[in-house]
Amino acid sequence: MIGSHYPILQVVVPLVAAPLCSLLPKSKLPWLFATVISWLTFAISLALLVQVKNSGALIYELGDWPAPWGIQYYIDTIGAFVLVLVSLIASITLLASRELIEKEIAQEKHALFYTAFLLCYTGLLGIVATGDAFNVFVFLEISSISSYALIAMGENRKALTASYEYLIMGTIGATFILIGIGLLYMQTGTLNMLDLKQRIHEVDGFRSVHAAFAFFTVGICLKLALFPLHHWLPNAYAYAPSAVSIFLAATATKVALYLLYRVFYTIFGFEFSFDTLHLGYILLPLSIIAMVISSFTAIFQLGVKRLLAYSSLGQIGYMTLGIALETKAGLIASIIHLFNHAFIKGALFMCMACLLSRLHSTRITDLAGAAQHMPWTCAAFVTAGLALIGVPLTSGFISKWYLVLAILEKDWWWLAVIVLFTSLLSVVYIWRVIEQMYLREANSHSANIKEASPILLICTWLMVIMTIYFGIDNSYPVNMATHAAEALLK
Amino acid sequence: MSIRRNPVLRESSHLLIPAILLFALYVQFHGDYGPGGGFQAGVIFASAIILYALLHGTRRAEKIIPLKLARTFAALGILIYSFTGILGIILGGNFLNYNVLAHDPIHGQHWGILLIELGVGITVGSVIISIFYAFAKFKK
Repeated sequence: MIGSHYPILQVVVPLVAAPLCSLLPKSKLPWLFATVISWLTFAISLALLVQVKNSGALIYELGDWPAPWGIQYYIDTIGAFVLVLVSLIASITLLASRELIEKEIAQEKHALFYTAFLLCYTGLLGIVATGDAFNVFVFLEISSISSYALIAMGENRKALTASYEYLIMGTIGATFILIGIGLLYMQTGTLNMLDLKQRIHEVDGFRSVHAAFAFFTVGICLKLALFPLHHWLPNAYAYAPSAVSIFLAATATKVALYLLYRVFYTIFGFEFSFDTLHLGYILLPLSIIAMVISSFTAIFQLGVKRLLAYSSLGQIGYMTLGIALETKAGLIASIIHLFNHAFIKGALFMCMACLLSRLHSTRITDLAGAAQHMPWTCAAFVTAGLALIGVPLTSGFISKWYLVLAILEKDWWWLAVIVLFTSLLSVVYIWRVIEQMYLREANSHSANIKEASPILLICTWLMVIMTIYFGIDNSYPVNMATHAAEALLK
Repeated sequence: MSIRRNPVLRESSHLLIPAILLFALYVQFHGDYGPGGGFQAGVIFASAIILYALLHGTRRAEKIIPLKLARTFAALGILIYSFTGILGIILGGNFLNYNVLAHDPIHGQHWGILLIELGVGITVGSVIISIFYAFAKFKK
């Protein structure tokens, strides 16, 4: 009985939890409450995944108003897949975050921090769960506005400028998406995604629909931080509180990518997006530039959080490259990488949180000799780093394997060379960190540094084990991605 | 002369504030028949408090509506909204189905929209007051 309400409960449970959390007293309670809620929503997302697997896409009508008049929640394979990913990462992050938050954020702000975190989480879940174009914008704003607040809570004063920069760019992105939605509504008279899909073909010759497509492309790419619209991302990730860096790095851009799939495959449809308007012509060069330039820039970073942020920009390039190939294999590669990269980057930022909790710095030179005092953290970094590079037996290898296969299917061997070349660049920047950790002498004042706290380490290794597990047994993400790609291309 | 000392402003505000508060309630509860609704009512309500704070200082305004109360009410409004929605599930409909809230759908819709708009009004009013306090009390 209650099972039929899971699509809405997925979003409403954290939404109700957020204001409740703000009323809790100063203590461990807000953390405990937020963590319990996140694991509860993770359980709901798993149940949704099972339901979608058994009975196909789920449709939930809010207030029992039939579509296209009412708002509809629509969860298909890719939706359920991303919901599980986001809720699992939020749950692990929150579980690990108590100690981090206590160190980095003033005590009177704890309840408000977890409130903002839950709201951001609600927004990300909502974007994925909803089947209504305007609802997407509302949830996008919920997640963005709360993430500006979360980033601004960073210890370093630069967090404020980083947050402000993100606010300006994010607002421009959201406004562009809203203009796109408005133009589509003007031409079709509907906001329901499935209904839009039916009606878009009647009006797809109109200039205003082409303009809507352009606004969507730029708006989503801003949220996705695709080159050259990426400028807000490195500072936002580098100066945010560690728990926020972990969560946003692993989920925010992934949800934006999900939105890209939704808009270009479900709403506009493959033929219109790629054959009529040639989205691939734009995405292909931008993805290649993102991969090459971001990887080069990552090599020259002094702070490891910034280094990882630039590496994220390069990895986003791989995901959009899969889309730009305009084939089913490319789309599958893109979805697999979306899944794998979330855990890899989550694990790497988790290591940064461990290091920050003991060394109070993530400057690359301050990590000298860290492996002597924090062997488990550094081992986790090495493993996740290998996954980022794409070494066999890690999930990163599976991503790159499918991506290169998809590229070779099109006979673009030069592109495969570029992908392998950028993987070599990631060897360089990961090696710079590993060299500092393992081969340099520790600073004299770091003699009594201990290993990070057990709960942080367990959560870090949980993500690392995920990357190894999905590197060895990849049947689950590959099957899911294949199903999802087939549904999107239908 | 500062605006706080200006007798014309002070006296006229005493006349205006009750009228503004009353108008806010009118916009709130008449919203389902005429123009208006929770958002507008919340803003109008908050503007009365802000006018009072401008003329009498935030300290006296906070005696009427402390920051903590405003924050609590901001949370309360969202909770009223979402529990109205969840009530729909409990009574056998989908989320936000008002039909099941009363003995017949027309009354149910009426109740539903009143409750939802009340939640919106409370949250919007309290959030605007909190934002005003945050800026007014900001010290370098």
